[in-house]
Amino acid sequence: MAIELIKEKYTGPINTVEIGAGQGMVKLGGETALPFLFREGDMPNKPLIALEVQDCEPSDWADPVRDAFGDAVKDPVKWAKKCVSEFGAKILCVRLQSAHPDFGNGSIDASVERLKAIAKEVKVPLIVIGCGDDDKDNELLPKASQAMKGSNCLFGIATQANYKTLTATCLADGHSIIADSPIDVNIAKQLNILMADMGFDQKRIVMHPTTTSLGYGMEYVYSIMERARLAAFIGDASLAMPFILFVGQETWKVKEAKEFGEKQGINWEIATAAAMVQAGADIQVLRHPRSAVSITKYIDKLMER
Amino acid sequence: MALTGLDIYKLLPKTNCKACGFATCLAFAMALAQKKTSLDKCPTVSEEAKTALESASQPPIKLVTIGTGDNRLEIGNETVMYRHEQKFYHPTVIGILVEDSLGAKELDARLNKIKALSFERVGIAIKPELVCIKNSSGNIDRFVEAVTKAISITGRAIALESKDPAAIEAALKASKDKRPLIIHEGASDIGPFAKIAKDNSLPLAITCSDIDEAAAMTDKAKKAGVEEIILNFKGDNISGKVQEFTYARRAALKKNFRPLGYPVMAFTAQNDEGLELCEAVSYVAKYAGIVIVKNVEKDLILPLLVTRQDIYTDPQKPVQVEPKIYEIGKVGPNSPVIVTTNFSITYFTVAGEIEASKVPTYLICTDADGMSVLTAWAAEKFTAEKITQMLNDSGIGSMVKHKNIIIPGYVSVLSGKLEEVSGWKVIVGPREASGIPVFLRNLK
Repeated sequence: MAIELIKEKYTGPINTVEIGAGQGMVKLGGETALPFLFREGDMPNKPLIALEVQDCEPSDWADPVRDAFGDAVKDPVKWAKKCVSEFGAKILCVRLQSAHPDFGNGSIDASVERLKAIAKEVKVPLIVIGCGDDDKDNELLPKASQAMKGSNCLFGIATQANYKTLTATCLADGHSIIADSPIDVNIAKQLNILMADMGFDQKRIVMHPTTTSLGYGMEYVYSIMERARLAAFIGDASLAMPFILFVGQETWKVKEAKEFGEKQGINWEIATAAAMVQAGADIQVLRHPRSAVSITKYIDKLMER
Repeated sequence: MALTGLDIYKLLPKTNCKACGFATCLAFAMALAQKKTSLDKCPTVSEEAKTALESASQPPIKLVTIGTGDNRLEIGNETVMYRHEQKFYHPTVIGILVEDSLGAKELDARLNKIKALSFERVGIAIKPELVCIKNSSGNIDRFVEAVTKAISITGRAIALESKDPAAIEAALKASKDKRPLIIHEGASDIGPFAKIAKDNSLPLAITCSDIDEAAAMTDKAKKAGVEEIILNFKGDNISGKVQEFTYARRAALKKNFRPLGYPVMAFTAQNDEGLELCEAVSYVAKYAGIVIVKNVEKDLILPLLVTRQDIYTDPQKPVQVEPKIYEIGKVGPNSPVIVTTNFSITYFTVAGEIEASKVPTYLICTDADGMSVLTAWAAEKFTAEKITQMLNDSGIGSMVKHKNIIIPGYVSVLSGKLEEVSGWKVIVGPREASGIPVFLRNLK
């Protein structure tokens, strides 16, 4: 006699967010159960992996990651094309780093031009991230948003201290937004509500629960994600957003990834991303193309029912 | 699953005979629920009630031990589905597969590699604790030889896997006192394996494809007298195994379903290196008591061990270091003084960067209940007053000739108050530890 499975029945599905327009369009979220528990719920959209490119040479990136792209890192368009044609990226994350005061303090118009050039050459959906300096981003992101109008990008990152400009501009240009929540379910809820108050559809928000590397507090994020997911499933709509994580950015910062050879670095990125997949990540931005290939294969395996 | 006083009361005779020393059966039931007395004090309790109470007093997932002495490993006895509910208690044992079909040279090389896999991270020694010898050769002598070598070369706890009960018996002659785990290889009859496990009082892993088969087999093993059982799920479908693990754990924790009340384990099935790592990480995250991997390379094993360390960290109790002065390098009276909190990851990250800077430095960790800098600041555990107290109590003032204190960039807001309260001159350091080497080298 078959043992009766103890299944959890939830009422609130995770929102589905679309990124991109036309053929390459991808969907995130839509889960009705914890990851890969196909016997009690659905996971209509498989978790996605994006590769990260920058609009300027990534001077602060670890050598193994830069080397993986060769000379292409000197030319953002070449770099983006290489990610798609050579490494099979289905989605790209473009970080507009060049405008940051610590990274050359480049002109905003030049940065937007490079973004446009990338968008023209690669036909995959784009995630567009500001340089990280609030003042610069409040000038840069509205222009980038206008330039990408109609492309249905995912823009970021809205923080509790700085969300209004980005929210207004994405509302006007029809983009989705990444909302930051520093390891705190309550801040996540509050920011999502504040953006909704500006008229921004909550179903166009992707949540960034903070990213930490394996060995440096990865478990905090793991548990925050599980808690937020469980709360969303029982009906808390202010937490029913898909999760995005910037695993490449965080893992390649740590000593264990940078200083013990390329393979260990890649494995550090892979192990962190695999754990995040198990915690419910919907999309992860990675840096090393080989990590991205491995995690994509892993997700395909997991989706076999 | 623990019964409440009222649950127990329903099972008692309700005669209020006072023979147990309590005024009423209800009072006795309440004391039982708090484990302040024992059921044998009741002279008239029914057999049925005894069985029910005994089963309820056992942990929902059996504790299983493998190995002896320094190699003693414990798995099982878990109580929650999610780490945030409480914590996961017994970290997944990481094992390495060794097939006895290897040539003598390859076997020695592999065992020596395993022996070398031992690391220290955030002050804790970590390693793959288990070596699983598999009788792939089908030859008993080779199996015994591989087991003997595995014990002498690696010094780790071992597991014995074979289709052939006679091979297990032969290997036990050389390994019985090490308390190995016996792994019944799938498709063979569990009976003879159960008998060996019982006769030698050893733990037994039964190999099954799903929880239905698992329950049938544990029932059989239990009836044969085996106490410590592990459910080994086979197959190469990763999410399939995650689901079997999840539903077995739920049945044990939520329904106290005895036939599945055992720790679970799996071997990795993926051959591609990156995929094997992903697979092993999945099982560590989702409840496995043991994961046995094929890869023996340090650059894969270390991230796997750290994953295990992360997932099994107690969420309520951050790992701390002792609040005190740490001398990094050959410090002298002119060495800089850095202050931070006693969260272990903070300490090890900052200490590592100071080392990398090659500038001898005093690092003072204040008692912030093991919180990281920003969290501690927000929770008022890392304040001007607390830092001042630490400066005074630690005696740093008599160790250096200057009165300059470097604080983390994230708490630059503390500067004014700290200067005022402590009388030390505050220098604001970098926000991220990675900025420390440049910062220290440029410090006048």
